[in-house]
Formats: sequence, structure tokens, C-alpha cells
Amino acid sequence: MDTRKKEILNKIRPLIGLLIFSILIRILSPRFLTKSNLFNVFRQTSINAIIAAGMTFVILTAGIDLSVGSILGFSGAIAASMLASGNNIFLALVVALIIGGLSGMLNGVIITKGKVQPFIATLAIMILLRGATMVFTNGRPIAVPAASVSPIFRWIGTGELLGVPVPVVMMVFVFIICYYILNHTQFGRHIYAVGGNEEASLLSGVNTDKVKILAYTISGILAAVAGIIVTSRLSSAQPTAGDGYELDAIAAVVLGGTSLVGGQGTVIGTIIGALIIGILNNALNLMDVQSYYQMIAKAIVILIAVLLDRKGKSKSK
Amino acid sequence: MGKQILTMKNISKGFPGVKALDNVDFTVYENEVMALLGENGAGKSTLMKILSGVYTKDQGEISLNGEAIEVVSPKDATEKGIAIIHQELNLIPYLTVYENIFLGREIKNSLGSLDKKKMIEETKEVLDRLKVNINPKSQVNSLSIAQQQMVEIAKALSLNAKIIIMDEPTDTLTDQEVKSLFEIIHELKKQGKGLVYISHRLKEVFEVCDRLTVLRDGQFIGEKMVSEVDEGEIIRLMVGRTLDEQFPYIKTDYSEEVLQVENLSNEYIKNLSFSLRKGEILGVSGLVGAGRTELAKTLYGYYKKDTGKIILNGEEINFNSPREALDKGIVYVSEDRKYDGLILGMDITSNITISSLEKFKTAIGLNKKEEKKVAEEYRDKINIKTPSLYQRVENLSGGNQQKVAIAKSLLTDPQVLILDEPTRGVDVGAKREIYDLLNEIKKQGRSIIMISSEMPEILGMSDRILVIHEGQLKGNLNREEANQEKIMSHIMKREEN
Repeated sequence: MDTRKKEILNKIRPLIGLLIFSILIRILSPRFLTKSNLFNVFRQTSINAIIAAGMTFVILTAGIDLSVGSILGFSGAIAASMLASGNNIFLALVVALIIGGLSGMLNGVIITKGKVQPFIATLAIMILLRGATMVFTNGRPIAVPAASVSPIFRWIGTGELLGVPVPVVMMVFVFIICYYILNHTQFGRHIYAVGGNEEASLLSGVNTDKVKILAYTISGILAAVAGIIVTSRLSSAQPTAGDGYELDAIAAVVLGGTSLVGGQGTVIGTIIGALIIGILNNALNLMDVQSYYQMIAKAIVILIAVLLDRKGKSKSK
Repeated sequence: MGKQILTMKNISKGFPGVKALDNVDFTVYENEVMALLGENGAGKSTLMKILSGVYTKDQGEISLNGEAIEVVSPKDATEKGIAIIHQELNLIPYLTVYENIFLGREIKNSLGSLDKKKMIEETKEVLDRLKVNINPKSQVNSLSIAQQQMVEIAKALSLNAKIIIMDEPTDTLTDQEVKSLFEIIHELKKQGKGLVYISHRLKEVFEVCDRLTVLRDGQFIGEKMVSEVDEGEIIRLMVGRTLDEQFPYIKTDYSEEVLQVENLSNEYIKNLSFSLRKGEILGVSGLVGAGRTELAKTLYGYYKKDTGKIILNGEEINFNSPREALDKGIVYVSEDRKYDGLILGMDITSNITISSLEKFKTAIGLNKKEEKKVAEEYRDKINIKTPSLYQRVENLSGGNQQKVAIAKSLLTDPQVLILDEPTRGVDVGAKREIYDLLNEIKKQGRSIIMISSEMPEILGMSDRILVIHEGQLKGNLNREEANQEKIMSHIMKREEN
């Protein structure tokens, strides 16, 4: 087998994993393969997948973004409060996205200009924004009464477009755009270059700081998108919304075969990784596994998947 | 006639798309140094990786002291007495010398805690055997590269290695350090070790090796006594043809100046002034650490200048980043392909185009077809040997990697190319190809600043030579008047004041 074929095999490895995994669950639980359940899986996956898409940019630059869960909570709270006080829905959504983008940009600036390690910088922003959300909401949920806002807002989280849940449509849309950016634009190439070798990229004329700041900004914006969906679905902003979501997003990226060292990975892998996690959660629910055991099962699946992936990759060397 | 300690017979190893080794024989003799020679990609590293347990062979036998063995892992190799000292040293910088030497096999006392005293003593003893003066308690990152290498050798000795493989050991050493390394090699020979010496520097082979084995394209070409061959013969064996001329210098007849540097100073360089003409190669000579790379990176906008002027085509320029320099037609090709020269995990095409992606932008994203076409052009023009342009750069030999780096710089259509050690880690055949490429660049009216530690290269290829020492310009010689002694005397001359 030539190298090209091997690289392709490496790329579709997560997909094969997903298929085998799905078949296995289908055998264990016949209810899995019904239309309503599948839509349910996709809808539940969409939030994590959208966050993970942004996380992919960051991890490809050899960074990490721990603040996405807090950005989700914060931007959701801002959107909810603006809606609750009667603002125009589009204004509220745009402000939430801008807040998300600015938070991500702040991460990027601290990391590049302040030369702080991504783990530490985004950890600080994660704590800061969670605190800000608590202060802003007084620690209480902000309800968005259905009567007072446009039905479009409810539609985002719970509606359907041509029979497909809106969050799923948004997820697909986000991934198409991300795929396009990473594979067909100069910025996308620069993301891979910076993650592959930052010094060499700088000497090749790549504005490495700008690339990294943009990556974190995208991550922040997509976290805010997820924040809007969550708020819409619950018709309220919970002060703890998004807590711990960063870990599921990182898990999805890694399950999708993206290397934490940077420079290697795909956004297609990420969506598959997110689906594996989503299907797993769903299957455990279908099989009535207690939630405490669910966590243990999830951890085991993640470890097995990543170990198998490692093994496959080192063999092809 | 030395006794054979280790023999490798009919060794073959294939990788996807290439046969890296094809029925290769290799022998190591007691009390002798065996040189392993061949161009990059000839199979030297693969052979040594098989011997040190990193790769498994597809077929062939290895025997140690007449007994057939299998080397299954690097650890296994160490236990069997085979030690390899890599070009990139494998020491832990923040640990001390003795901690490194006993890493993974620390001596413990009866209470189970570390017996530091004993480890330090034993370390001292090994270092004494090598006749080197290094404190066992020094932290490794406080040592020079040469000293670190000694520590690696000491580690091999303390592991009781019978066979010590040295991969390009002198690449980063000064002349003095090379001398002491050679003394140690003699010492090791006397102690009955069998040594394998891999180097591109044929001069050293004559100085320190007893025999040599030549590989070419994964094939065993021959084993000779060093005393029975000359340099021409070795090169002929390595490249399979004779190289008529090592340095194919040509003269161009441009006269206008492209670049003037006036009193350029910053943290690394002091008051440097010189000029560069169109179509010439300006060699920059000096010891490692003289500030040559820093000068290059200052011209390239990577380091800031404090005072002084850089004038390009009559216009004063102030770059804040390499991007700005690239846009004005200055490009820098790094001395260290792995560290900051290339993106090894990316494919060849993407590496070639990374500095020039603007050229491939369209309304709907990058024009990948055009990228591929351009990469193919360069592959054919400068002879990049690869099964596919989607191959990752890390899978290429040093010479081919360097060609990719130069292709990347040429695609930016530069006026001034700054090439930092353009033939480091590049084998003889590919070297000649790179020199021909430099001539081609000259003929196009582009100018080259070539930094090199290899004196023959500087003398052979440059139109003019700058001598730099401790960040200062010590000499500016014409091709005709320059020779090795003059350059050295310029470096030494004003040392006293």
C-alpha cells in the first residue's frame, strides 16, 4: 500500500470506528435506529459538535481552549437578558456572538502578545467568565418568556427546517464552512502551518499571532452559537450552562484523530468524534444505564478509541 | 586484521513505495572504526536504526560475537551492548550529568533511596576513563554541545557498550572539540570497542576511521580499508559517477548594487556595513555564534535593528516582520530545516507554496490545481526526488528537504536570497545540484548572501567574502585574494584588542 492510500485510511479511520460502534449499539438496542431517536442523537450532538468545530481550529494550532463552556454560559445569559428586556432578537443574537468572539479574541491576545500558555490563559478566562455570568445573573436563571419574544428564538433550539431539527442544520452548516476554511483558504493552510511548526511559519511570512488570535476568536464565536441554541431550547439562560462542555469538545476533537501537538487533523474527524460521544450517551440512556455508570462507560470508550487510533497510526509509520 | 564483533548479512528493509535496504552487508571490527558512508537516502540511518532496534528488518541476519541475535527494541540493543549516539543528543537538559548517565537504572541503597554518592563516583570514573574533565554534578544544559556528546559517550561506556555508533558527531563541534573527540575515539579503540562513524566529512574519515562501508540507494557498494582509497574514489563509490568539479563557480557581469547595509547594530551585531551586488554570491564566514544567522534574521525583519540603515534598491527599509521582507523581495532560508526551516508534517506542495499563497488566491479559495502545477514545475526544475508531491517533507532526505526549502524561497520571486548553511546535512551529489542551482539563481540577476561554516564552500562559490566575528565585520575579501588562512587570520587578528 502506498503512502497516499495509508493517509486516506488514517483519515477515514474514525469513520470506520463510528460505523462499527453504531452497528454494535443497533444490536444491543433495536430502538437506536428509529428516525426519532436518530434525530434526537443528532440534536443532542449538535451543541457539542459546534463547540468542537471551533476547538478543532485551536487544537490544530497546538493550543487548547478551556473557556468555551464559560463563553457559552456568558453569551447565553447576555442574549437571554436582552431578550427578556424586550430587545430585538437579531440584535440580541449578534451581541451574543460578538461577546463570544471578543472573549475568544481576548484568549488569543493573552496567548500571543502576553506569551501565556494556552492552557493557563484559557483557564483564567474560563473562571473569569463563569464568575461574570454568576454576577450578571445573580446566580439565578434568566427566563425568556415565550410570549415576550419572537417565535424565531424558540425555533432556533426546538424548531425544524424541512423536517430536520434546526440545531442539526446549523451544525451541518458550521461544519461545511469550517471544512471550507481549513481546506480551501489561505487562513486554513496557515492554521495547519502554525500548528506544524510555528517558527518555520513565522519565517515563511505567516503572521502567526494573527492566525492564532483568529483561531481562538472562531472558537469563541462558535461557543456563543452553542450558547444561543442552549438558551433557546431551555427558554432560559442557566448560570451554570456549558459547565464542563470544554471537556466533551476536546474529547470529540481527539476522538476525531486530531493531534494535541498541532498541525494534524480534520474537522470531519471532529464531527465523527462528536457523534461517537453523542451516540454513546444516547445508547447508555436507551439501555437504562445509571448516569454515574454512564460516566465510567464514556471514559472507557474514549480511552479505547484513542488507544486504537494511536496503534493504527504508529503501525503505518 | 581486526576481529569481527558484529556482522549484518543480507539485510533488507522496505517502506511503502521504497526499498530502503536491499541485501546489505555490514561488519564492525574490534579495535577499529568503521565509517558508514553514502548519500542521504542511501540507507545509512535505516541500517543503523535496524541495528539499534528502532526498526525491524524484513530479512537478513545479525550476529554478535559469532552468535545470531535479534534486536527487538532500543532497550534490547542497549542490553546487547549496542549504543548509538545521535546527531540530536538524547540527554535531559535539566538533570545533572550523573542523573542522565544513570537514568532508568538508578543505583539505590539498602533503604531504597537513591545512592547519589555511588552514582557520582561511578560517573566520575567513566569520565576519567575518557580523560574528560566534566563535573558529574553539572546540569547538562550548562555544558557545551561537545561536552554533552562526551556525556553520551560516557553513558554508552557505563552501559558497557561493545559497539558505539556515532551519527554525524562533529556537525556542531568546533575544530578544537573535534580534536578532543578524535582523541576519545582513539581511546575507545584501545579499549577494544568497535565503532561506527557516520559523517559527510570525508576528511574526518581519513583522519579517524580504519575501514569504510559505502551504501548507495539501499545497496551495499563495498567495504574498503581507508588506507587503500582516496577521496575521489570514495565519492565515486558514493555517487556512482565522478564529480568533475566540486564547486562550479561562474561569474556574472552585473554591476549595480542591490542592497546596502550601513552601520547596522542591535543586540547581536555591531556596526555592520557592506553592500551586495546584483547576481553575486556574498559569502559570510565566521565561527558558529559569530552573529551570522542573527545578521541574516535582522535583514529579514525577524530581529529588530537598533541603529543603522538597510537600503534596498536605493530605498531605506524598515521591516517589522519576515512578511514585510518577503514582500520587498528578501527571503531567508534557515540553517535548521527541522527547527524553523520547514513544516515537516506538511506535504511538499504546501511547504513550497506556504510563503506565496497570495498567488493562489481566487474568489472561491486557494487554487489547488495551480499549486500542484507549480510544485511539479519546481520538482522537475530542481530535481526533488520523491514518489509524490503529497509526501510529507519529513520523509525526504536532507538534500531533498533543502531543495524544498529553496523552492519555497524562489517561488516568492526574491531579489535577495539569504541562504544559511545551504548544504548542511546534504550529501555530496545533492550538494553539487544545489551549487548548480545557486548559479542558476545568479544568472537570473538575483543576489545571494550565503552563510556557511564550510570553508571550501565559501571559498569555492563566493564572489566576495565577509568575515564576521563576535557580531563585527572583520574582513571583506574578493574571491581572488581569499583563502582559508586569510579568513582565519581576520577572525583572530583583532581578538586582542
